[in-house]
Amino acid sequence: MYRFILTFTLIPYMMIGCARTKVETINIVGSTAFQPFAEKLAEEYMAMNKDVQINVQGGGSAVGIQSAQSGVAQIGMADMVVLPKEAGGLNSVVVAKDGIVLIVHPDNKIDGLSTQQIQQIFSGKLKNWNQVGGENRPITIISREEGSGTRVSFEELLLKDVKVSPEALIQDSTGAVRVMVGNDINSIGYISYGFVTKQVKTIKIDGVVPTLENIREGKYKIIRPVFLLTKGVPVGKVKEFIEFILSPQAQQLISKYGLIAIR
Amino acid sequence: MKIKPVFTERIVKKILFVGTVFTVLILLFIIFYVLKNGLAVIDLEFLLSSPKELGRAGGIFPCIIGTIILPLVAIIIATPLGVGTAIYLTEYTREGKLTRIIRFGTECLAGVPSIIFGLFGFVLFVVYLGFGWSILSGGLTLAFMILPTIIRTSEEAIKSVPYSYREVGLSLGGTKWQTITRIVLPGALPGIVTGVILGIGRSIGETAAVIFTAGSSLRIPTSLFDSSRTMAVHFYILAREGISMENAYGTAAILIIAILMINLSAYWIMYRFMAKFS
Amino acid sequence: MLKYNERLIQFGLLITAFSTIAILILIGLFILKEGLPIILKVGIKNFICGVNWLPREGEFEIFPMIMGSLWITAGALLMSMPLSLACAIYLAEFSTTKIGKILKPTIELLAGIPSVVYGFMGMVILFPLIRNFLGGPGPCILAASIILGIMILPTITSISIDSLQAVPYSYREGSLALGATRWQTVKMVVLPAARSGIIAGIILGVGRAVGETMAVIMIAGNAVIIPDSILDPVRTLTANIALEMSFATGEHRQALFATGIVLFIVIMILNITANLIAKKEVAK
Repeated sequence: MYRFILTFTLIPYMMIGCARTKVETINIVGSTAFQPFAEKLAEEYMAMNKDVQINVQGGGSAVGIQSAQSGVAQIGMADMVVLPKEAGGLNSVVVAKDGIVLIVHPDNKIDGLSTQQIQQIFSGKLKNWNQVGGENRPITIISREEGSGTRVSFEELLLKDVKVSPEALIQDSTGAVRVMVGNDINSIGYISYGFVTKQVKTIKIDGVVPTLENIREGKYKIIRPVFLLTKGVPVGKVKEFIEFILSPQAQQLISKYGLIAIR
Repeated sequence: MKIKPVFTERIVKKILFVGTVFTVLILLFIIFYVLKNGLAVIDLEFLLSSPKELGRAGGIFPCIIGTIILPLVAIIIATPLGVGTAIYLTEYTREGKLTRIIRFGTECLAGVPSIIFGLFGFVLFVVYLGFGWSILSGGLTLAFMILPTIIRTSEEAIKSVPYSYREVGLSLGGTKWQTITRIVLPGALPGIVTGVILGIGRSIGETAAVIFTAGSSLRIPTSLFDSSRTMAVHFYILAREGISMENAYGTAAILIIAILMINLSAYWIMYRFMAKFS
Repeated sequence: MLKYNERLIQFGLLITAFSTIAILILIGLFILKEGLPIILKVGIKNFICGVNWLPREGEFEIFPMIMGSLWITAGALLMSMPLSLACAIYLAEFSTTKIGKILKPTIELLAGIPSVVYGFMGMVILFPLIRNFLGGPGPCILAASIILGIMILPTITSISIDSLQAVPYSYREGSLALGATRWQTVKMVVLPAARSGIIAGIILGVGRAVGETMAVIMIAGNAVIIPDSILDPVRTLTANIALEMSFATGEHRQALFATGIVLFIVIMILNITANLIAKKEVAK
């Protein structure tokens, strides 16, 4: 009887070992803001190239950098304004530009804020909406985890030296921030422009409305590049996939869904 | 005024009854709420097609595959180890320092939170050993998690086989190992299988350890080194990021149904096992 | 020849048994190796009692997270203990055996619901309630306590029922023969006798609450602060590990392992205590 069990347990090992050889796998990991776009592009690419399997995962820009460094991923996605020193030694390609917008609940009467007000809100100095022209409601700050490219870029571009208050609620992806803000009328958060939906409302920063035109023309300044990171210069299928992302066809798809194409 | 004990008894009985009903209702409410919202979404297409737009549309087929393969790998690794350990502990040693150490170790392992397994699995399997986010990493981590359960239930099962069975085997001229494989193990099989099924049930619902070791790829895995998303992970991501509440409910509904069926079958086997030996 | 085979098999099984210990030792050593250096560098007192968790600036102090775990677990215990004890006492002592036979497995079955589903329920049902009636954004200690409390209900209930049923029937007979009512019997005879088992069950429930991760990330808010009201958001030790694990490197990662060490120790103490209490009961 135990001979039967022994063979039974060995068969799956053998089957799975055989299946490994034919398809090359590319793991692309990192920014949650770029993740849906990477997923769409991967779907299109795989439809045209049957011999490649592309796995897209999120986790945040820092995970992207980490994974590219350690080899866990072939491509890391990072959308920070400036790549940190952990990314030293990695080859980087800019494939798109993305705007960061401030969002509030659709029923929030506020239209826009100044940079200074934003800094004071996020540092915890201003605690009530009526201090910036809104109703008498406490402000709930929604922020991202430390490894988020969106957060790092937000801090570099808007907050400068001001630190986010420790009372901020932390969510671990752009989508989760959107859900939180969309459900709580007191909250304010920041997400990628490509993620804005009817569930939330964007507000002006220093009088500038975040629209694609304003971003393209440079009037709206809170934008960061999206880097694809590889260990060394990309070769083979990885190189082809990155070239595909830079092709006019892919770039058109990118700008159709809310990011800024760079070609 | 002294209250009659009979009076107190009636009141207390009612309070306890209300408490019990309340408890059961809460738990049942959760199940029914999820099933009510989720069953509407489930159809053949949902079960068999792949997700589109990160899960906003399409089905959850790759996740179902992942949810089947990952516990399977875990069981393949953990069962021989666990049952072997149980056999050794019950048949080949006497109660002593050695067995106490092993048992203590098993108890400790059983209490470790799943996130620590996830942390351990991530750093060891995904990064250090280079397996990457893969079914292998996830399966190994899950195997370590369910090992204590399998050891414990197998031990109980083997212990409960009456000593007379073994005596019969040995007196007929069988060796110890022959007695074990041909008499004791078959007798203990229902108990062992229950432990394995409980291990599967736990693996299916596990999220923290899985998301950091098996990753969250939406493709159908083709090898042990591919990343794969389980239904629990998919549900977590859909719900957290608000990608699609309907699909989240649907995924949760299937998940709950699967777990309930698995636990029910474990109970049924256990029940028949109990009946056989008592 | 046969004896040789037998020896071989026995040896093989010994190896198997040892591999189980080896795995535990591997996990323990690994976590220690990764986490101990940073604890020694920061100093145990600072690590546990300091309030600054600022990984980007190299400050690793976990007191806010310890507080977070503490508050939420205490809250969960508060929520679940009365209910699970009521359930256990009713099912073990006052209900007919048929109902008891159906409901006990039902409750245990419900222990199998994944924690992410509980977290989701918290998001979808508790948050709006809290927002509308108590103010605040939703994620807070209260929400997490309620959900965790519900999660550990089956654990505590089932172990308590077992403990109560393990009390010899003669105890009850003696008490009833003396003229006591059923409730008096339960209160003064059965409960004290089952006390150790019930406490062990509660401790195991606490262990489960302390180790919970996913549900807590979804509903506790993850803010690194020391709370002063149950409407404050908190971050638990487990959530801290999960949120930062995938991108932490160097000292940051070591600090997360160190958090793991603290968790490990806490749960180890809880488990050992539960085991000792249960053994004392058996010895009696």
